[in-house]
Amino acid sequence: MDTFLGLDYATWWFLVVGATFTGYAILDGFDLGAGAIHLFFNKEQSRRIVLNAIGPVWDGNEVWLVIGGGALFAGFPKVYAAVFSAFYIPFMLFLTALIFRAISIEFRSKEPMLWWRKWWDISYCVSSSLVALSLGLVLGNILIGIPIDKAGNFTGSAWSFLNVYSIMVSITTLALFMMHGAIYLVMKTEDRLYAKLTVIVKNATIFFVISALLLSFYTLLYVPHLSHRIKENPWLFFVPVTMVFSIANIARRISQRRYKRAFLHSCLVISLLLIIVAVELYPNLVLSSNDEAYNLTVQNASSSNKSLGIMLTVAAIGVPLVAIYTTFVFWTFKGKVKLDEMSY
Amino acid sequence: MDVEILARIQFAFTIAFHYIYPPLSIGLGLCMVIMEGAYLKTKLKLYEDMTKFFTKIFALIFGIGVATGIVMEFEFGTNWATYSKYVGDVFGSALAAEGIFAFALESGFLGVLLFGWKRVSPVVHFISTVMVTLGSMFSAIWIVVANSWQQTPAGYHVVGEGLEARAEITDFWAMVFNPSSVERIMHVWLGAFLAGSFLVISIASYYLLKKKHIEFAQKAFGVGLVVALVSAYAQLFSGHKAADVVAEYQPAKLAAMEGHFDSSAAADMYLFGWVDKEKEKTNGIAIPGGLSFLTHGDFKAPVTGLKAFKPEDRPQSLNIVFQSYHIMIAIGMFLIALTTFGAYMWWKKKLFDKRWLLLIFTWSVLLPQIANQVGWFTAETGRQPWVVYGLLRTSEALSQAVTAEQVWFSLILFTFVYTVLFALFVFLLNRKIQHGPAYAGQEEDEIHSPRLEEMAENFGRERAEPL
Ligand code: HDD
Ligand code: HEM
Ligand code: HEM
Repeated sequence: MDTFLGLDYATWWFLVVGATFTGYAILDGFDLGAGAIHLFFNKEQSRRIVLNAIGPVWDGNEVWLVIGGGALFAGFPKVYAAVFSAFYIPFMLFLTALIFRAISIEFRSKEPMLWWRKWWDISYCVSSSLVALSLGLVLGNILIGIPIDKAGNFTGSAWSFLNVYSIMVSITTLALFMMHGAIYLVMKTEDRLYAKLTVIVKNATIFFVISALLLSFYTLLYVPHLSHRIKENPWLFFVPVTMVFSIANIARRISQRRYKRAFLHSCLVISLLLIIVAVELYPNLVLSSNDEAYNLTVQNASSSNKSLGIMLTVAAIGVPLVAIYTTFVFWTFKGKVKLDEMSY
Repeated sequence: MDVEILARIQFAFTIAFHYIYPPLSIGLGLCMVIMEGAYLKTKLKLYEDMTKFFTKIFALIFGIGVATGIVMEFEFGTNWATYSKYVGDVFGSALAAEGIFAFALESGFLGVLLFGWKRVSPVVHFISTVMVTLGSMFSAIWIVVANSWQQTPAGYHVVGEGLEARAEITDFWAMVFNPSSVERIMHVWLGAFLAGSFLVISIASYYLLKKKHIEFAQKAFGVGLVVALVSAYAQLFSGHKAADVVAEYQPAKLAAMEGHFDSSAAADMYLFGWVDKEKEKTNGIAIPGGLSFLTHGDFKAPVTGLKAFKPEDRPQSLNIVFQSYHIMIAIGMFLIALTTFGAYMWWKKKLFDKRWLLLIFTWSVLLPQIANQVGWFTAETGRQPWVVYGLLRTSEALSQAVTAEQVWFSLILFTFVYTVLFALFVFLLNRKIQHGPAYAGQEEDEIHSPRLEEMAENFGRERAEPL
């Protein structure tokens, strides 16, 4: 087995996939969150400003999902095949929601009629929320494990994805994104809209804290395998501790009105949540609830070393490039939103 | 209907719909690069307006292209799980490269292209336009590489057996430069240039017919016509190259394209015709020995016919392959004639008075679109019954866990969503065209229109007033 810096290629690729999905959650997280709270703004001008706050970047953010999907396909084809065919219905709804989100942003400003704009506002809000919810739903199911057989084929029923735990994860995801998106919008707005957002931020944070607490208790009580690794390696305990502190810090920064700091901490919270997921799952990628022997793991589900080596090279060249021009784009649009004739 | 046919219909439908938009983005992007380049060079306001006008149309097209593209990436996993496991090792790297090198590039710079006019200098803006166009051309490269690998696999070996079998990559560059990829990328790019340039031409002709924005339209027409003329000729050569590759690597497909059954005979080239599957012969008007000449340089040379293949190894829908292929060629020839004649009239300075010609140009925007679609129908239906040519059959590539009801559900869902999407697209495109390019001040008016002011208040009032 080929290794690089002591880790085998498959584990490296696991890190790449994990990093990509984390990047997606951080970046598209604030777009989706902004969408989910869109209907709280009730002036045309405000709605335009919040839309234009994400206008130049949401498409670039969504690409992280495309890359993540591609990275999963390329590195762990069995996982890709198993998960996507298992969650057929949620994925189809997810795709529809993504389509509607994209076109709502794109179409809204194209016509001045009141009914037109209102309709796209609703569609934008509903579809953004649905995207967040369905992402959470799939994550929740992966966390508790899904019924797959030896060949990696799903054996459960078409609706088994709806279960208490997954729904809780799903709601927490929505709450997290709402908070994250609200903080982002506060940074991009001024005057009355800013004042309004400061209130929304507070409420969203409270919503998130409550759902996260409930989810944690539920996990500790009913899904013991998700705290197994940390129990066995007490030093890992610093990860959840850091996370709790970061959440507290978000609240503190918000009350101090230091939103940039708050935003950095909400990015940190998202990363830490996904790191906990990775720590608890590794080396498994999909837990089979039929039989542990059928688990899809980083080793048994990965592509060949040759293929992984090529893709790691591609990633090593590509990721810095993407980082450079993503920074350039964010830098170009830094500061508060100003509407001009090319705006949405 | 069983899962197989439903899944195939769904894939064909979703990808054919997607394929309306990316070629437009690529071709329109190229035209916008030329327009903005002209603006940088001449500093004429006209070219700036032109670029801005087409940028707005571009945004509309691009938005739908992005929204519909993600569907297929996930469809591989949802509907074609066995296929995904089979090809993941090889073709995943092409998709991953596409994401990192192409999509990230275009969507990153798209923000600057659309919203950066006042935030970056003209040169940086121009570079962003170039980057977006390059990005979309790169995405075409990687996706066509992946598809070409399916057509003519190379640089891999097969490990495992039965349901566990999968292709593993052995040579990355052999995979990328598989026997058909270069020819097909060229052909796809040129098809995209034609699609985009004809959109420009069509809009310009429409204005000329309506006697609106005359100067703008004449200049835009020129940009479109140059791109279209060059691409139309190049397309003939590149199409011929693509056919050569098919002849060498996919003889059953070639035979289906020309409805050729008998291996010992010289092969004819049909202008049009109908394949009779029962009697195993093709009726129509043909150049005798034409196909033999194109593939072997000799009118008498025998060409492998369909009878040389076991019935289960032949493409089933012979007429789809045959008719699609011939429609594409007919359109290719027509576009050459049309652009040549248009260029001649332009040079004679008579182009803009000939209303009938402008009318043809207005409607001809549909032709490259049709050619692009039927071109893929030829390539993909002719590839049957294989998903990966000679290695994996379409019927074996499905998801084991997915039922016909689920596929019905998603098929109906997508049919509904895409119908709405298409109607909205046509409606908005038409509105943009009717609105026309912005001249000084006009656009400001649009934003601060009385209707909008009124509406700005409305939102607030609604809250205040109880039911
Ligand atoms: C404006 C679009 C357009 C035009 C005018 C033409 N084509 Fe085309 N053709 C395509 C757009 C296209 C395409 C959509 O780009 C395809 C589908 C798959 C592919 O790789 O390219 C294609 C496929 C395709 C194939 C099948 C390749 C394969 O199966 O791998 C052949 C043999 C040709 N073309 C040949 C021609 C010839 C001889 C033309 C005569 C002028 C021609 N095409 C015009
Ligand atoms: C990388 C690019 C592409 C890949 C990987 C791909 C792959 C596939 C797959 C997996 C199927 C279903 C199985 C089958 O019926 O063969 C299919 C069918 C089909 N695809 Fe493609 N395709 C690609 C590009 C395209 C494009 C751009 C078009 C046209 C717009 C297209 C048109 C079709 C059609 C018409 C079918 C149905 C063929 C039939 O059922 O007989 N494909 N393709
Ligand atoms: C199975 C085949 C295909 C898949 C899975 C696929 C996937 C995608 C995805 C995920 C996007 C959105 C990327 C983003 O978010 O920016 C996209 C857009 C795009 N695709 Fe496809 N695609 C396929 C076929 C094709 C083909 C055959 C071409 C060209 C020859 C093409 C060219 C493009 C381009 C240029 C874009 C950029 C968006 C646009 O210009 O509209 N795609 N595709």
